[in-house]
Amino acid sequence: MSEIHAQTVRFVRETMLPPAVPPRSEAGAVRWLRENLFSGPVNIALTILGLALLYVVLQAVVPWLMHSVWNAKSLGECREIVAQTWGPDASGACWAMIRERWPQYLFGFYPQELYWRPTLAFLLMFVALAPVLFSGLPRGLLWFSAVYPMLAFWLLWGGAVWWWVVVALGFVLAYAAFRLAVQRSSTIIAGAAALAVLVGWSLFAIDPLAALIQRVLPASIAPVSSDRFGGFLLSITIGITAIAGSLPLGILLALGRRSDMPLVKMLSVAFIEFIRGVPLITVLFVASLLLQYFLPPRTQFDIILRVIIMATIFAAAYIAEVIRGGLAALPRGQYEAADSLGMDYWQAQRLIIMPQALKISIPGIVSSFIGLFKDTTLVAFVGLNDPLKGITQVVRADMNWKGIYWEPYVFVGAIFFLICFGMSRYSMYLERRLKRDNR
Amino acid sequence: MKKSVFLGAVAATGLVAGVASAGTLDDVKARDQLICGVNISLTGFGAPDANGNYQGFDVALCKALGAAILGDANKVKYVGTSGETRFTALASGEVDVLIRNSTWTFSRDTDLKFDFVAVNYYDGQGFMVKKELGVSSAKELDGATICIQTGTTTELNLADFFKANNMTYNPVTVLDDAEGQRQYVAGACDAYTTDASGLASIRATLPDRDNHIILPEIVSKEPLGPLVRHGDNNWGDIVRWTFYSLVAAEEYGITSANVEETASSTQNPEIKRLLGVEGDLGAMLGLDKDWAKRAIAATGNYGEIFEANIGAATPIGLARGLNAQWTQGGLLYAPPFR
Repeated sequence: MSEIHAQTVRFVRETMLPPAVPPRSEAGAVRWLRENLFSGPVNIALTILGLALLYVVLQAVVPWLMHSVWNAKSLGECREIVAQTWGPDASGACWAMIRERWPQYLFGFYPQELYWRPTLAFLLMFVALAPVLFSGLPRGLLWFSAVYPMLAFWLLWGGAVWWWVVVALGFVLAYAAFRLAVQRSSTIIAGAAALAVLVGWSLFAIDPLAALIQRVLPASIAPVSSDRFGGFLLSITIGITAIAGSLPLGILLALGRRSDMPLVKMLSVAFIEFIRGVPLITVLFVASLLLQYFLPPRTQFDIILRVIIMATIFAAAYIAEVIRGGLAALPRGQYEAADSLGMDYWQAQRLIIMPQALKISIPGIVSSFIGLFKDTTLVAFVGLNDPLKGITQVVRADMNWKGIYWEPYVFVGAIFFLICFGMSRYSMYLERRLKRDNR
Repeated sequence: MKKSVFLGAVAATGLVAGVASAGTLDDVKARDQLICGVNISLTGFGAPDANGNYQGFDVALCKALGAAILGDANKVKYVGTSGETRFTALASGEVDVLIRNSTWTFSRDTDLKFDFVAVNYYDGQGFMVKKELGVSSAKELDGATICIQTGTTTELNLADFFKANNMTYNPVTVLDDAEGQRQYVAGACDAYTTDASGLASIRATLPDRDNHIILPEIVSKEPLGPLVRHGDNNWGDIVRWTFYSLVAAEEYGITSANVEETASSTQNPEIKRLLGVEGDLGAMLGLDKDWAKRAIAATGNYGEIFEANIGAATPIGLARGLNAQWTQGGLLYAPPFR
């Protein structure tokens, strides 16, 4: 032992080894697979299970999609074409139905010669939304955003333009009343004055005044009644209106719930908790069925308007709680800082509190919006033709397409996904842009 | 949207609620439009086509009513109603008449305060099974798995039938007809049960329709008919007799094509009264003399409507069966026009 030890020469390397490529098992795809998919017995089992599951799904879906038929007059013809081309046992998607019925999925039963009106309203919506969503655009465009709701409703429902002009005038008057009153008294009283002007205007002035101007200077486009609405036209109309309405309403409710005034606080809490406590379907049934019994017989109180109002207050209750979360997350110092600068309540909210609270709440708010938009399909239960159930059942009642099952769901689902995914991406963009903290 | 001032309506509710109107006929005439509640999605009976125009067996009766009352079959507005909303729509006055394959039952007639004025289609619940099951009668379905729509009278009828015959079954509940068809085709159940007219239209669209049979037993009575609100009997009379004018027209061989010619050439006093050549039956209803003539000219007599929408020549291919004239062994029997 000792001789061997004595003869051993101690070796010290004096030069660096040239860098070698890593062993194959430690690089590239192999390493990634080993670390992520096959790192232990449990993970190996899960990976194999997952792959098997994926295979089962894909081997059913891929051939079905590969065998798609786009040109046919009926489901029977689709099946014949699939059987001729791919063999008698093959199954294939029958997109010919979408090809024939897509206008109904998009517009419902809106008169075909007037399709340009909802299309134009839809395109203008992006013009109106752009200055709100992206701060880089000229601020003057915001005027168009303010006018847009009236313009869009006029384009969608038609009728005399004056009716909407008079409505817009009501808003202008309410704003003027607010500015006048706010100089003399508190913001709350000014707000009440503006509201009083709006209510009085809508009760006593709009219809007669609009009729009067219409008689002197007729300017109207063909009216379209609400029962012609359907498909994504209906979903987007309800969704966008409710989204636009629920955010300001939700902010007010959130502030009300944190208010020091007991009455305001109590009303806000009661409203939020009641609305959150009942399912949306119940609210919709109230809008559609119960209101009919309360209103005078044969009152034509538009069903879409009823649903929009209900969807708005429903979403507002959720938004209020999301924003209250944002408010609660703000350090007390922010409120005290505002007070120390001598700001009044509304100034503090507008300049200090809300910008921060809303930023914190963005993911929650957008989640609520996405949920609200998808919930618009529930209007099927009150007899409106939503794209998912309403239009699909109409299509299936056609003898040519009776028995079609997956295609409408896939088509409608894809469009919903595009819209909701777009909203989600925008919210992430907004979060990145507003990132001010030094985490 | 317009003229529906929310706050005003709410405020006025307490004041005006309950004030009855002059009568449905006056309302319809003042509006110059009939509002007809129909099914939005029942193959052959009521559904909008690719252009959004309502078509079907029930819709044709709406057109006949529009023609009889307002002189124009196009002066009808269709309100598509779902199973949940149909009766509220009628009770609240949203529609003037409901022609939506609704089964005439005791409680609907009395408790819900409606009047079923006639039966325009005699339906009944049946069963469809795959041939390979080797069943030729519903009485052999003991222990079978059966697809059934929830919350419908068919569910109750099914339970009654199996109890009465001392048999058991496993229900597979489905939400709607499309779902039921899907489950049945996918083999989730041995038999699918719904109204026989619905079964026929489903079978007609199956790729392998010869492998499926509809069993001969009809386990329930489903008299489907138009209904109106309680309390406006004149309006009920108009709907009832407009329907019977179409039934009588078939019995007497009057079609949409020959109605004018028949009116001028006929010697039959009953036909003369029906078509307003003699007497003035229309005035008794509050309509003019030619009401029935217009109703028949609009979409044809009962037989023509049947054949055009659900009859043997259509893909649905229903036989007349109980819905034939009484002279042909069916149940259609128009009371005399005098």
